[in-house]
Amino acid sequence: METSIVISGFGGQGALFAGQLLTYAGMDAGKHVTWIPSYGPEMRGGTAHCVVIISDEPVGSPVVAYPDVAIVFNLPSFHKYEPLVKPGGLLVVNSSLVDQRSSRTDIDTIYIPANEMAEEWGTSKMLNIVMVGAMLSARPVLSLEAVEEALKAHLPANKKHLVEGNLQVIRQGFQFAAPAFH
Amino acid sequence: MAKELLKGNIAFAEAAIRAGCETYFGYPITPQTELLEHMSKRMLELGRVFLQAESEVAAVNMVYGAACAGAKVMTSSSSPGISLMQEGFSYMAGSNVPAVVIDVMRGGPGLGNIQPSQGDYNQVTKSAGHGDFHPIVLAPSTVQEAIDLTTLAFDLADKYRTLVFVVADGAIGQMMEPAELPEMRPLPEKRPPWALTGAKGRKHNTISSLYLNADALEKFNLDLQAKLALIKNSEVRYETAYLDDAEIVVVGFGTAARVAQTAVKRLRDEGLPVGLFRPISLWPFPEKQLAALAKRTPAIRAFLVVEMNAGQMLHDVREVVGTQIPVRFKGRMGGIVPLPEEVEEEIRLTFEALDSSSLHKEASNGRVAR
Repeated sequence: METSIVISGFGGQGALFAGQLLTYAGMDAGKHVTWIPSYGPEMRGGTAHCVVIISDEPVGSPVVAYPDVAIVFNLPSFHKYEPLVKPGGLLVVNSSLVDQRSSRTDIDTIYIPANEMAEEWGTSKMLNIVMVGAMLSARPVLSLEAVEEALKAHLPANKKHLVEGNLQVIRQGFQFAAPAFH
Repeated sequence: MAKELLKGNIAFAEAAIRAGCETYFGYPITPQTELLEHMSKRMLELGRVFLQAESEVAAVNMVYGAACAGAKVMTSSSSPGISLMQEGFSYMAGSNVPAVVIDVMRGGPGLGNIQPSQGDYNQVTKSAGHGDFHPIVLAPSTVQEAIDLTTLAFDLADKYRTLVFVVADGAIGQMMEPAELPEMRPLPEKRPPWALTGAKGRKHNTISSLYLNADALEKFNLDLQAKLALIKNSEVRYETAYLDDAEIVVVGFGTAARVAQTAVKRLRDEGLPVGLFRPISLWPFPEKQLAALAKRTPAIRAFLVVEMNAGQMLHDVREVVGTQIPVRFKGRMGGIVPLPEEVEEEIRLTFEALDSSSLHKEASNGRVAR
């Protein structure tokens, strides 16, 4: 079993950290994991994305053409990855910033107002964690508890005061998607 | 030690420190800057030498100086910076001094871009500077291997008094994977006997790459060639997968090999007889092992070389395999990492071509399929 996850947004929206969070949690759960970021000029104002692979076997290619899951934080990311999600896969859309709907019928979709939901618990900057929560609800490749533990352990030192807020919003995201998937 | 999630560039740096790197000289360049950044912090913490030079040319000559003094020394750069360092590499080869060089390759030629590439293959394996020499060149394909091969690089550099390159594409520099670092080695207490340490109480040592007498320079070169022959015999490294009944063998290194591995595994799951050969030492290239594979029974029907360049290692494979077995090539350039689907498609096309026997006609005409 191997799951590939693309997370994409504007630089500063936390796409790379959201990916690292899943990678840490996967590693701590004893899985084989890789995390590979986009790097370079697109990080300054454009889109930033990363690919995370969580697998029961050693990971070959760290890049994928068609991810099992795409988590898109903004419109350019929606346009880029919506067509690429593998049939049967999952698309998680930040409906706070993306007002479009996918026309695909061969994938699962979640539209979640991540900015607003994050803001309720302190700051819209936690939108990335809201979306990770929603994804975990629909694709339990890792348990919510495992990712919560990774959050506690790996949130950067200068963000430690946001641990409680992040734990709140990951659960909010998880519950938001639960009715459709549980 | 427990596994931790490490970025390739950090893994290179920390592995070098734990292998006993005492001095580091470099100049920042993407996609390896985190390596230098990590060194700038850790080397000072440990009371070792870190120096950001004014250019790659300055850095490589500082490396040369530290190597002459018998210090364990490393530099790192990416493709354009490696080009700038070539004069220094040649002087070091001409002086038989050890040093480790990490090249995290990016798209070229010229400034190119900062995305992953394997475009320095020919440069590092065949033409690392003027004159007749080859560095040992090691190519990791995972973060764990980046650590293991960096450790090995320091050992081989000392053992043979040679340059050892560890070459990765930007993808390996930038990606994170769980990996385990070794324990910190103690620093050497003594300098090697050939080092320039001040001649107090002993005959002075001389290190130079200048031999104005042609006979003396030829003698130096013969000795150097003998050393390279010894390395060629002793330091070949490679890995294989699914070779037993393979009819097509994919050959690749670094990230291209990982991508190929995914493609090969998917096609194996479908029952297609395809295998993988991954050179780990690019110089010395695993010539004998590939040649033996080309001659074995059951026969290999075709090789497919996958690289992130225009086909550089391809020539080494072709030379070893000869013209009896077709050698095809799939490459991406410009900083593009090939996708597993592209490699899968190329393998399928190779099977189709074999079945229609057009490949064998190409091969027996002495043409090599591209």
